[in-house]
Amino acid sequence: MKKRYLYLLLLPGVLFLTIFLVIPILSMIGTTFHDEGSFSLQGYIDFFKDKYFIDILLTTLRVSLLTTFICILIGFPVSYYIAKLPSKRKAILLLFTIFPLLTSPVVRSFSWMIIIGKNGVLNKTLLSLGLIQEPLNILYTPNAIIIGLVHLFLPLIIVTLVGVMENIDSDLLRASESLGASKIATFMKIIVPLCVPGLVIGSILVFVGSFTAYTTPALLGGKQRVISTFLYQNAITLNDWKLASIVATIMIVVTFIIISIMNGVAKKLNPKG
Amino acid sequence: MQEKHRGLALFTILVFIFLLGPLVIISITSFESGSILKFPPEEYSFRWYENIFKVEMFLSTFKTSIIVSIAGNILALLLGVPAAYALSRFNFAGKGIINAIFVSPILIPGIVLGFSFLRYIVVTYNLPIYLSLFIGHTVIMLPFIIRVISSSLANFDFPIEEAALSLGATRIGTFFSVVLPNIKSGIIAAVMIAFLESFNNVDISVYMTGPGVSTFPIQMLLYVENYFDPTVAAISVLLMFLTAIFMFAVERLMGLSYFTKR
Repeated sequence: MKKRYLYLLLLPGVLFLTIFLVIPILSMIGTTFHDEGSFSLQGYIDFFKDKYFIDILLTTLRVSLLTTFICILIGFPVSYYIAKLPSKRKAILLLFTIFPLLTSPVVRSFSWMIIIGKNGVLNKTLLSLGLIQEPLNILYTPNAIIIGLVHLFLPLIIVTLVGVMENIDSDLLRASESLGASKIATFMKIIVPLCVPGLVIGSILVFVGSFTAYTTPALLGGKQRVISTFLYQNAITLNDWKLASIVATIMIVVTFIIISIMNGVAKKLNPKG
Repeated sequence: MQEKHRGLALFTILVFIFLLGPLVIISITSFESGSILKFPPEEYSFRWYENIFKVEMFLSTFKTSIIVSIAGNILALLLGVPAAYALSRFNFAGKGIINAIFVSPILIPGIVLGFSFLRYIVVTYNLPIYLSLFIGHTVIMLPFIIRVISSSLANFDFPIEEAALSLGATRIGTFFSVVLPNIKSGIIAAVMIAFLESFNNVDISVYMTGPGVSTFPIQMLLYVENYFDPTVAAISVLLMFLTAIFMFAVERLMGLSYFTKR
């Protein structure tokens, strides 16, 4: 009786995702191992031999890593400050954090084009203040992508960390201070370790998000390709579906490797999960 | 100690200027009356807001985006609500795998998902682009629907359902008269979050454009590549209004805690 209901409830969704997601993805991965009908790794060998591809992969990894690092560096103190605020002010700051998070990535990247462009707000301000003689070339460089991605993902790490920091028992902090620990020692010995699982989850979200982001590098990167814009270019402009499938498979594999490594780290640090 | 907190407060203010400043700047530039984006504008006007309604492609893609998001949302609810209920209510063998299938659209990079849609749904299954867009958007909305409704079901007291059943109500009757009213606000919040996710989507939609079919964000991208006038800034302001309305609705329905839970 119960079993029959269960199948009826789950079957439509599972069937739908199997037809429109699981089979297409697995078939796509399958084709990358074939060369004229027989099993072959030639596509991957060619990929990893080509300096141009490797450049794109390394640039993407570097950009994602830097973005994650900057997000943690900025996000951690801000989250700590927000989590300690009285609830009304905390709610306001959280609304200000969530609003950009829900705003279209096209809008957010476009706003940075206005700011860091050659005749943008930033260059005009710096020139009129006499701080620079020539306009800075930021737009259409990897740095522009990093700025855009930090803007895109900083709210994500802030909301994640605030959620974790709120759950830290304030009795622990009082106990530590009443036993003679300084504020800084309490911060380093109690708050930071308790935040590590949240930091790990936040880093996964930012790193994977940066590694696979399309809109921001497409608008702010110019000719500078990252792996997602490279995939799109091969699929649409160059119509090289074999190469596009290989790039797509590499993206899936890298994403899953990152998620499982970071999840392993999180489990080790927090055995209770 | 006071010093340290003042420093932290100042730092936080700077970070919020970084987060919100660009959105403020884009809003102000939308009122420029000239044909090049400038900050601050030399003369203020609503000229570019009017221009949105003059560009045929903006109107038609807006309609497409709305239709695809609403239709996809309805299908995602029909598939997702029963699944979320089953996953929250029962323990069974293979639950982990089924759960994994339902969250996989979030784990697989969007730009990869879009490519596989193009390759198999549009080309191999040979479905029309409009239908493919609708299916693709349903796929990405499903995990959001399931996640929000599951967290709503986690707060539901299942013994109430048992009580109704033992008093002679049918399972389906119980679901509609007892369970559903209790998770109503969760469902509305799920619909809004899924709608924003679909309406703002670029990664998947970017592959699925054809003669006369495209979505609103893709049209914006295309416009930005070709013109640098304040039209897109004006559109951004309208979109931010939409976002704000949805965000406050979700906040009322679920509280801010939805956003800080992962």
